Amino acid sequence: MSEKFDVIVVGAGPSGNAAAYTMAKAGLNVLQLERGESAGSKNVQGAILYADALEKIIPDFRDDAPLERHIIEQRMWVLDDDSFVGTHYRSDAFNKEPFNRYTIIRAQFDKWFSGKVQEAGALVICETTVTDLLRDEGNRVVGVQVDRDGGSIYADVVILADGVNSLLAKKAEFHPELEPKNVALAVKEIHFLPQEVLQERFNIGEEEGVVIELFGKITQGMMGTGFLYTNKESIAVGVGCMLSDFKEQKTTPYALLEEMKNHPSIKPLLAGGEMKEYTAHLIPEGGYKAIPKIYGDGWMIVGDSGMFVNAVHREGSNLAMTTGRIAAETVIDLIKAGKPMSAANLEVYRSKLDDSFVMKDLKKYQEMPEIFHENRQFFTTYPELVNRSAHTMLHVDGVDKKTKEREIFSSFRQKRSLFGLMGDAYKLWRAFR
Amino acid sequence: MHIVVCIKQVPDSAQIRVHPVTNTIMRQGVPAIINPYDLFALEEALRLKDKYGGTVTVITMGPPQAEAALRKALSFGADDAILITDRAFAGADTLATSFALASAIRQIQKNMPVDMVFTGKQTIDGDTAQVGPGVAKRLDMQLLTYVSKIVSVKAEASEIVVERRAEGGVQLLKTSLPCLVTVLEGNNQMRFASMPNMFRAARHPLKVWDKDAAGIEDITKIGLKGSPTVVSKVFAPTPKSERAEMIEVESGDPRDVAITVLSKMFTRFPVVEKEIAKRA
Ligand SMILES: Cc1cc2nc3c(=O)[nH]c(=O)nc-3n(C[C@H](O)[C@H](O)[C@H](O)COP(=O)(O)OP(=O)(O)OC[C@H]3O[C@@H](n4cnc5c(N)ncnc54)[C@H](O)[C@@H]3O)c2cc1C
Repeated sequence: MSEKFDVIVVGAGPSGNAAAYTMAKAGLNVLQLERGESAGSKNVQGAILYADALEKIIPDFRDDAPLERHIIEQRMWVLDDDSFVGTHYRSDAFNKEPFNRYTIIRAQFDKWFSGKVQEAGALVICETTVTDLLRDEGNRVVGVQVDRDGGSIYADVVILADGVNSLLAKKAEFHPELEPKNVALAVKEIHFLPQEVLQERFNIGEEEGVVIELFGKITQGMMGTGFLYTNKESIAVGVGCMLSDFKEQKTTPYALLEEMKNHPSIKPLLAGGEMKEYTAHLIPEGGYKAIPKIYGDGWMIVGDSGMFVNAVHREGSNLAMTTGRIAAETVIDLIKAGKPMSAANLEVYRSKLDDSFVMKDLKKYQEMPEIFHENRQFFTTYPELVNRSAHTMLHVDGVDKKTKEREIFSSFRQKRSLFGLMGDAYKLWRAFR
Repeated sequence: MHIVVCIKQVPDSAQIRVHPVTNTIMRQGVPAIINPYDLFALEEALRLKDKYGGTVTVITMGPPQAEAALRKALSFGADDAILITDRAFAGADTLATSFALASAIRQIQKNMPVDMVFTGKQTIDGDTAQVGPGVAKRLDMQLLTYVSKIVSVKAEASEIVVERRAEGGVQLLKTSLPCLVTVLEGNNQMRFASMPNMFRAARHPLKVWDKDAAGIEDITKIGLKGSPTVVSKVFAPTPKSERAEMIEVESGDPRDVAITVLSKMFTRFPVVEKEIAKRA
């Protein structure tokens, strides 16, 4: 008496929830399995929520979703050892509803989202790990095996929304072992501060928030970035670098974050806060070229499990929700048309993604991982040069500006040959074009 | 054989944090779990069911979110679950809680006689150990507290034999049914639910009883009104300032080490020396 569903979704992060919600809403018989104690109990994110992706799934999410602050200011800092050069963009246009970006606390957000999935009619079962995929003689995926007695469950199609480092996809040979150069290891802390102190410190109102993206010497020459976000009454601060770099450099992520927090530009922002949470998580950052096969006979992959992260813009959850929604819509269309969940029919999923911002953005930055892997000067030499140039220009010492300019130029030339400088400019252009 | 197990959803004390700003306990974000002692009680009930057959009904008085605790109990193998929830129960102390639970159990008995009621020894958020005895008294049931093991149950003879942990030893007790048993920790481990049971628990139509359904007429006996206990003050005990001490030893000879450590200990805790001298 095995159970049989239209579809089984593995995982209750943003991608799985988006998929399960969309399909349940359309009346499909959906089972969602999550290994954590509850949806979100194991998940880590900065976390910025991009409204657009969620709006397309739950248009009125703002009514009851647990949102911390909407972002009105974005800072980008390029850091040297004890300084930074930065840009701040703050706009009152960000204060006009509907707001575009929010800080969230993932554990609460995922729980809320899961509640919506259940209201829509999906059966959600937690504390249950999918250990394998079931296949028929033709090697089609026909269901899943879970870690409990009597744990064979069947479905027309299985959607893998099981996050980065999907053991299932590996076991099923949908994609090979993750390569350390394609995955970042990020650590994050939450520091509590009284709301008023926080608002004063960042010059923001009751509901307003600030994002600071950090780049440069804080990653100690490794390929990565740091971030600092304001929640309602806490600050999320974190840093992530490629796993291959951590291995090579023999630095621990924790030590890296400790040093970053002690940077003279960052320390005062956290002063007086109390650290209450420390988490670590992987982020798939291989980009377009590392995207595995994402569909086949009876299966699809969505979210982090399919490498859908735009590391340059720190977008992950929105790609997760969008891939989840599009996979769901593909299934709904096929069921309506009475067509089987064969690879040939599920190909629509890939082509719809190709037409969406998901693949377009990832494709735009496809050269970036390789270029940054091979050109560490972008994380060390340039942040240093930019900061020193600023210092030279702003330090008033009787030297004329023209001489200062020459000094700056020669300091660049000392570090990089003219050829190297031009090459780097070209590489940057290639990475971002 | 019909066993009713009373459970309570409590904040996982291992994960409770004090708010760094206001110094109050932060319940937000702290996962809710089934009171660990209640899990031992439930497992003990399920084992009896495995052995002798019968029915296990779980009940809880709590807020609507306590549904999660009941569904979990169902997944382990409980047959039925009742959520007793009503605004009027808010602010209940152990007296009011045992009144409400006893009343609900009387309602259950109208459909199916209850042979045994199991509870945990105590909850980890209140630590009173009063609710079980309170329910037994109101239902006029035999009361067995601190039970470490249920040795046997003979339904036809209306008889139960248990091991009870007492100061300095274990008592073997026999009494008649119906009875209420409060179960101690540590002699069983909750089973891992099977997948069919997970499905059953997720789909089970939960019974939700308000105060009327629970057969309660006198509202001065429940909630804040029925609770004579007043918490007048909550304070954290002053932390002990004692520090670990490094002890220097002249030689590495084990005998020297032992003597140095012991003499240090005796100067610091003279009672220990006296006690040892007495027993020697
Ligand atoms: C430090 C950090 C900061 C980030 N900041 C941002 C940000 O600011 N904005 C943004 O958009 N993105 C950010 N991201 C990325 C974002 O968190 C992810 O892209 C997003 O969570 C992916 O969602 P997902 O549903 O694919 O995977 P996940 O959220 O990882 O969910 C996968 C789920 O599947 C479950 N699961 C796994 N295996 C199994 C199994 N075998 N059986 C059952 N269940 C299983 C897991 O328990 C988990 O709940 C950040 C990531 C990190 C680590």
